[in-house]
Amino acid sequence: MAHIERPISPHLQIYKPQISSVLSILHRITGAALGFGLLLFAWWLIAAASGPEAYACASGFIGSVLGRLILFGFTWALFYHFCNGIRHLFWDMGKGFELPVMHRTGWAVVAGSAALTILVWVLAYALR
Amino acid sequence: MAEFSLPANSKVGKGKTHAAKPGAQKIVKFNVYRWNPDDGQNPRVDTYEVDMAQCGPMVLDALIKIKNEIDATLTFRRSCREGVCGSCAMNIAGTNTLACTRSVEEAVDAKGEVNIYPLPHMPVIKDLVPDLNQFFAQYASIKPWMQTQSPAPTGRERLQSVEDRARIDGLYECILCACCSTACPSYWWNGDRFLGPAILLQAWRWIADSRDEMTGERLDQLEDPFRLYRCHTIMNCAKTCPKGLNPAKAIAEIKKLMIERRG
Repeated sequence: MAHIERPISPHLQIYKPQISSVLSILHRITGAALGFGLLLFAWWLIAAASGPEAYACASGFIGSVLGRLILFGFTWALFYHFCNGIRHLFWDMGKGFELPVMHRTGWAVVAGSAALTILVWVLAYALR
Repeated sequence: MAEFSLPANSKVGKGKTHAAKPGAQKIVKFNVYRWNPDDGQNPRVDTYEVDMAQCGPMVLDALIKIKNEIDATLTFRRSCREGVCGSCAMNIAGTNTLACTRSVEEAVDAKGEVNIYPLPHMPVIKDLVPDLNQFFAQYASIKPWMQTQSPAPTGRERLQSVEDRARIDGLYECILCACCSTACPSYWWNGDRFLGPAILLQAWRWIADSRDEMTGERLDQLEDPFRLYRCHTIMNCAKTCPKGLNPAKAIAEIKKLMIERRG
């Protein structure tokens, strides 16, 4: 029998986004984003140790509109990864797998990470 | 490395439309993935207009009607038509399920159409028929039968307490339709080495069975970065299971036992 080059059936192209898979890939994306965010944080610390000009440059960037946007994203990524990480800890204990529970904890992570992010930014501006 | 787009020979084109006969009362459009191994062409999506006033309620009823009355070349697996054989597993309206237990009403989208594809990220044999050889080879690899070392009791079966028997509830009901495994992104990207949710649920089914005496060997065989630990608790498996089972929980139980036996 001749070898037949079989096609691969469509996957990402046709599978409807699920709360399960979307929150899972967000966990990975926020995890990677936190890595890059820490580079920024390290740059800020190194700048602080290097002298006033370097510090002014780093602070200037972080304080700019773009810098604040990145910082806002970093805050949300941190809280999302933190909240969903707690969810993963429960899963590792074998708890919280029932679909209604999975949906509730999933939405709680979305709402919780948004609320914590806003809270931190409100506090940051209020205490400035 | 995961490949997120389809290879050139798998890209899906637009196919033919088979219009409903005049006088049809309640038309639903079925967009169905087609691929013929004999014509050397890429896969395509054909559209069939079906008069639901003249058709049974389930997606499988519509597929059979299409094959009988519109296009006899349409190829799909089916057998029991009541959700116990697992043959008609396919991707309907974006999630994996059995065509015989999913109603057209549930599956129809806002445009009045139903999209039907084979189980995702599988080699296609023809149309809606995926090649499940590897899936069943992986099933065989976990030795899905009772293994014992103690001599069998004479004159009776190996007995189980009511509680021990209850431990395999939610596991023995699996019909191996492969909906869960082919809904799992980890299985899409690493299906050659990751066993996938269906097979791991079966592995747990035998580990959890009080009569099986090879738990240690079974765990040894699963203790592998790919076979078991590619599961990242995405949970698409439990979300799509047409029998309402929870492979993600079964996998978590295996992972827990792996830790516990280290002491």
